[in-house]
Amino acid sequence: MADSTNATQSMSVLNPVGYPPKITPKALAPRLDSLDGKTVYLVDPRFDDSGLFLRQLQSWFADNMPTVKTKFIEMNNVYTKDDPVTWEKIKADGDAAIVGVGH
Amino acid sequence: MTLDNKYGVPTVALHTHVFEKVVESVNRVHGMPRAPRAFVPQPVMGKTAAQLRAYIDGKDPLSGRPVMQEVIEGLTQPIDDSGVVNEKFAHAATPRLVDADSEENLQQLFLEKNWTDKLPIVMPTEKRVQEMLAHTSHKPDEVVGHMRSTHFREYWEYTVEKVAVNAVMAGARPEYFPVILALASTGVTARGSTSSSAAAMVVVNGPIRNEIKMNSGTGAMGPFNHANATIGRAYGLLSQNGQGSSVPGVTYMGSQGNNYAYNNVTFAENEERSPWTPFHVEQGFKASDSTVSVFTGCRSTAFTLGVREHFWREHVRSMLRGLDAHSQPTFLLDPITARQFIDRGSFDTKEKLIEWAYENSLMAAKEYWDYQLIQNYIYPRATFGEEPYASKLKAAPDEMIHMFKAEEIHVVVVGGETNGYWRIMDCNYQKTVSVDAWR
Repeated sequence: MADSTNATQSMSVLNPVGYPPKITPKALAPRLDSLDGKTVYLVDPRFDDSGLFLRQLQSWFADNMPTVKTKFIEMNNVYTKDDPVTWEKIKADGDAAIVGVGH
Repeated sequence: MTLDNKYGVPTVALHTHVFEKVVESVNRVHGMPRAPRAFVPQPVMGKTAAQLRAYIDGKDPLSGRPVMQEVIEGLTQPIDDSGVVNEKFAHAATPRLVDADSEENLQQLFLEKNWTDKLPIVMPTEKRVQEMLAHTSHKPDEVVGHMRSTHFREYWEYTVEKVAVNAVMAGARPEYFPVILALASTGVTARGSTSSSAAAMVVVNGPIRNEIKMNSGTGAMGPFNHANATIGRAYGLLSQNGQGSSVPGVTYMGSQGNNYAYNNVTFAENEERSPWTPFHVEQGFKASDSTVSVFTGCRSTAFTLGVREHFWREHVRSMLRGLDAHSQPTFLLDPITARQFIDRGSFDTKEKLIEWAYENSLMAAKEYWDYQLIQNYIYPRATFGEEPYASKLKAAPDEMIHMFKAEEIHVVVVGGETNGYWRIMDCNYQKTVSVDAWR
C-alpha cells in the first residue's frame, strides 16, 4: 500500500539533459546555372571503399554528361580531420564538388 | 558543409540511407538544414564496381528519385531557403525542472524521452540532488565540461548540478560524487555514436577506492559492488544526457550495441595485491592521489587461464593476433597472473611486459593494410607522412610489422585470486584525471 501511495503522489524532479550550443544559420554557396564545361571535384573521404564508389560516379559522368570535367581527389588525412589544403585546391581549380560516401 | 559554406563551392554530399536522421540532425545543428544531399543503399563497403554503379544508376532509397538527378539538381538548382530563417535555430534553454507528476508517470516520461539506460532510475528530486551536491566543494552552476557523441556533432555543456542529477538517477551514493564529477570533467563520452558499438572502461586508483568501498578483488568487473556499479552507470547516463542524447539511428549508430555500456566496465585497480606500480602512478600521479582513468573503444576481450611454462609466448601472441589491428590492447591481469608473468618472462615492471607484447604482436604488412579499419583510419595518415605508419607503408607485403604502438598497450591488475584467469581488453586509453580536485 505504501508503494502504491508513493507511486501516485506528485513529485518535482530535475531535468538531466545538458545545455545545447547556440545554432547560427549559415549560407550555402550560390548554385551553378549548368554543369556544362564545368569542373566537378569528386572528393574521397577515404572511408569504407568510398574511392571505389566515386570512380563509378566518375564513369557515370563520362557516360552521361561528357561535357562535365570530373577530378577525383582524396582527402589528405582521415575524414575526421579538416582539410583546408584540399578545400583551397578545389576552390581554385573547381566549380563544384561531390563528397561521398561518408557518414 | 565546410566546402560549401566557408569556401563557396557548391557541394552535394552522398551518404548511405541508414544515416538519414544523422545527416538531417547534423546539418540542422550546423545551421545548414537545406544542404543538398542524396542517399544510396547501405552498405558501400565490400560491394563490387558493378554493384556500386547500380547504386548510382538507381534511385535514392529514401526519396525514390534517381540518385544522379538529386546530385545534379543539388549543384545547379537554387536552394529554397524560404522559411529557413524562421526555423527554430536556437534551442530553448534546457529547463531545470520537469513538470511535476507521479513517480510512475515520471519513470515512464524519462523512459520515453530516452533519458535512461532503459532500467528503472532513482528520481532526481531536489532533496536527493542537494545531498549529492553536498559532497563537493564546487558550486552547482559551475561548468564541468562538454561532450559530444562523435567528432562531427556539436558539443553540449553540463554543470555540477547536471552531473548530480544523473548521479542520483544512477543510484549513486553522495560520497561517490567526486569520482563521478572527475569522470564528467574528462569530456570523454561513454556513449560514443560509433557504428562499431564501443563502450568505455573506467579504472579508479588511490585512496578513494577504499574510502568508498570499491571492489578491486573477486568479481570486481561484475555486478557485485554498489560503488563500481553505480559510478559506471552514472558516467553512462551523464554522457548520454550531457551530450544531448544517445538515440539509436540519430545520435547512436552502434550497429550491434554493447552490453559493457550498462556500467562501462568500472572497477578499482588491485594496488594492494599488484606486484607493479599502480596505473595512475605510471601516468604521473602520486600513489597518494585519487584518480580515475578513462578508456574508450571497448569491444572485444580475449582470455585464457594462467601463463603456461612451455608455450605462454605462443598463447599470448595468439591472443594479441586475435584483436583487430586497429585495437589498443589493455592487459587486465589477476594478481596471480601478474606474478606469473614475472616468473615466466622476468617482467618485473609493467613496462617490460608492454615492450614484450609490442615486439611480439606482428603481422604481415599486406594483411595489416587490408584491415578495413586500418584502411579507414590509418592508411590516410600513413600517406600523409605520419610515423610510424608512413614507415610501415614502405614495408614489403610479406614483411612482418608491428600491429600496435608500444605506448598504446597498457596493463591493469584486477581480481581476487580465485584463479589465474586474465584478459586482454581491446580499448583505447584516453586520460587520467584527479578525483581530489572534485572533492
